[in-house]
Amino acid sequence: MRGRPAFYESYAQELALFNTRPKQVGVAAVLVVAVLMPFVLEDSLLRTLAIAFVFCIGALGLNIVTGLAGQVSLGHAFFLGVGAYTAAAISGDPEGRTIGFGIQEMWVWLPAAGLVAALFGVIVAPLATRLRGLYLAIVTLGLVFIGEHIFREWSDLTGGAGVGRTAAEPVLFGFNFSESTASFTRDQQLYFLMFVLLLFFALAARNLARSRVGRAFSAVRDRDMAAEMMSIDLPRTKTLAFAISSFYAGCAGALLYTVSGFFDPASFNLLLSVQFIAMVLIGGAGTVGGVIAGALFISLLPTLTRELPAYVPLISSQVTQTPNVFQVEQILYGLLIVVFLLFEPRGLFGIWVRVRTYWKSWPFSY
Amino acid sequence: MTDLLEALLRGLGTGSVYALLALAFVIIYKATRVISFAQPAMMLTGAVATSYITPAIGFVLFTGLSFFISVALAALATAVLALVVERLAIRPMVGKEVFAVAIITIGIDIAIRVVVNGFIGLGARPIGFPWGLDRVELLGLQVQIRHLVMMGTVAVVVTLLFLFFQKTRYGLAMRAAAFDQEAAMTQGVSVGAVFAMSWAMAGALAAIAGSLLATGAGVDRQLWLVALAALPAIILGGLDSLEGAVIGGLAVGVVEALVGTYQREYAPWLGDNVALVSPYVLMLLVLLAKPYGIFGTPEVRRV
Repeated sequence: MRGRPAFYESYAQELALFNTRPKQVGVAAVLVVAVLMPFVLEDSLLRTLAIAFVFCIGALGLNIVTGLAGQVSLGHAFFLGVGAYTAAAISGDPEGRTIGFGIQEMWVWLPAAGLVAALFGVIVAPLATRLRGLYLAIVTLGLVFIGEHIFREWSDLTGGAGVGRTAAEPVLFGFNFSESTASFTRDQQLYFLMFVLLLFFALAARNLARSRVGRAFSAVRDRDMAAEMMSIDLPRTKTLAFAISSFYAGCAGALLYTVSGFFDPASFNLLLSVQFIAMVLIGGAGTVGGVIAGALFISLLPTLTRELPAYVPLISSQVTQTPNVFQVEQILYGLLIVVFLLFEPRGLFGIWVRVRTYWKSWPFSY
Repeated sequence: MTDLLEALLRGLGTGSVYALLALAFVIIYKATRVISFAQPAMMLTGAVATSYITPAIGFVLFTGLSFFISVALAALATAVLALVVERLAIRPMVGKEVFAVAIITIGIDIAIRVVVNGFIGLGARPIGFPWGLDRVELLGLQVQIRHLVMMGTVAVVVTLLFLFFQKTRYGLAMRAAAFDQEAAMTQGVSVGAVFAMSWAMAGALAAIAGSLLATGAGVDRQLWLVALAALPAIILGGLDSLEGAVIGGLAVGVVEALVGTYQREYAPWLGDNVALVSPYVLMLLVLLAKPYGIFGTPEVRRV
C-alpha cells in the first residue's frame, strides 16, 4: 500500500500505540525537543515547566474519569490534596512539627500517595455510581469543601491554614533530585524527573484508553444504558474510573509541591479543580495529546501574562493598581474556557485535527 | 431553650436567603436544564451595586427605605447583566451538552468576579443597611433585625414569584417550557424568551440575596462562597422543585445555625467553622438515601 499512508491495513495496526508514521515521527520530535530543552532554557522557566508536567499528570487523571468515562468530577483538588499529604507524611521528618515517618524514597511515597487517593476514590464511588450529570458535579464540589475543611483543621498533618508544611523530598535510591550536583542544577534535575514521570503516566493513560477497560469507559460515556446491555458492569466500571483517576491525582498532588518544597492546606480549593477541568476541556476531552497540550497551556498562562505589562501600557504589574496582570490573568482564564467551549468544543486537539485535515485534503476543502 | 430558639431564628433568617439563592438556581435549571455556576458572580454584583447605590440616593422618607430602593435597583441592574450573559454565552449553546454549558458558566463567573472584586477594594465595603448587627427583643428572644428583614423580604419575594408563576401569562409560558420545550413551542411560546427571562429572574434574585447577606459585615471578596451553600439546598430539595428549593434553603440555614451553636460544646474535635461545611455533609447524607433529593423527580431513562 505504498503512497496510501492514510489507510490501516489491519485492526491491530489501527489499535497500535502510534498507529501512523507521522504520529511516530511527531512524538519522536517532541521527545527530542523536550530532552534538549534544559540545555537551552533558563532555570526559572524549567521550574515552571516541571510544575506544568505535574499538572499534565493530574489533568490526565481527570481526563480518565471525565473525558473517557464521562463522569463529571469537580472534586479533583480533593484527591490531589490526599496524595500530597500522604506523600508528605511518609517522607516527612519524624522529629518535625507535623506528622512524618521519615521514609524519603520516592518509590515508596509516590505509589503510596496514589493508592491512598485511589482508596478515597473508591470510597466516594458509591455516591458517584448512583448519580448522573450535574448531581454528580455538585456532590464532588461538596467533596472539595469538606476536604478543604479537614485539611485546614487537621494541623498535626497539614501544619494548619496559613502555615503549611514541607512537601515530600524527591529522593530516588539515595539520589536527591532537589539538590544541585556538579553537572546539573536542581531545576534541570527536577525537569528531567517530572518529564520521565509524565512520559510514564501518559503512556499508561494511552494504553488504558485502548484496552478493554478503556473501551468500557468510552461505552459508559457514550450511553451508559447501551453499555449495560453489552454486559458492562456500570458500578464496577465507574468505581474503577474514579479509582484510576484518583490514583493519577494522588501522584500529581505528591509531586506538585516537591518543586516548591512547601505547601498550604488552602491550595486544594475549588479553583484548582476548575483549573483541571479547564485543562481537559481546552486541551480536548478524551485525548492524551490534547490534554497534555491543554495542561501546558493553562499552567504556562501566568508566565505569559506576566510579560504583558511590557507590551500593553494600560496593564500594571502591581497588585494594588487596576487593571493589573493578575486580574488580566484571571479574566483571560475565565474567558478562555467560555470561548473554547463556544467555538471549539473539542479543544486544542480539535484545532489540530482541523489543521491536519486541511493540509491532508489540500486543495480540496472537503 | 432560649439558645435553641435563637439559633433556629438565626437559621431561618440566613436560611431564607439560601432559599432565595436556591430558587435562582432552580429557575434556571427548570428552564434550561443547566446549573448556572455564574450565580455567585451575580450575587456579588448585586451586593456591590447596592453598596454603591445606597449612598448615592441618600436618605429617603424613613430609615431603611433607601436601602430597599437600592436593592431593587441593584436587582434590576444584575438582571440586565444576566440577560447580556445569557444572550452572548448561553444562547449559542442551546442543544449542546449540559455539562459544557455548566463549565461555561464557571468561566463567566471567574471573569465577572474579577471585575466586580476591583470595585470592592481590599476590605469589606459597607452596604448602607441602617441597623447593621443591632438586635431587638422578640417574645423574650434576642433577634438580629437583619434576620427579620431577611425573612420578611424573602417572604414577599417568594409570594410574588408564586403569583407570577401561577397567575400571569409569562409564568404559564415558563412552566410550559419547563415541562416540555417542544410542546410549548408548538403553542407559540418563545423558548428563547423563556431562557432570557429565567436568567434575568435568577440574576435579580441572586442580587437581592447578596445584598441581604451583606447587611451584617458588608460586602467582601469571600461573599461569593455563600452562594455555593445554596447548592446543597437545591440538591436536598431536588434540582427541579421550587418548593424543594425553599424548604432545602431553610433546612440548610437551620442546620448551619444549629451546628454553629452546639458543635463546639458537643464535638470540639471537629475544629472551627464546621458550620460552613455542614450543608455539604448534610447533602452527602441525604443523597446516600435519596439520589434525586427529597422533592426531585427521578430521571426516567429511555433506551
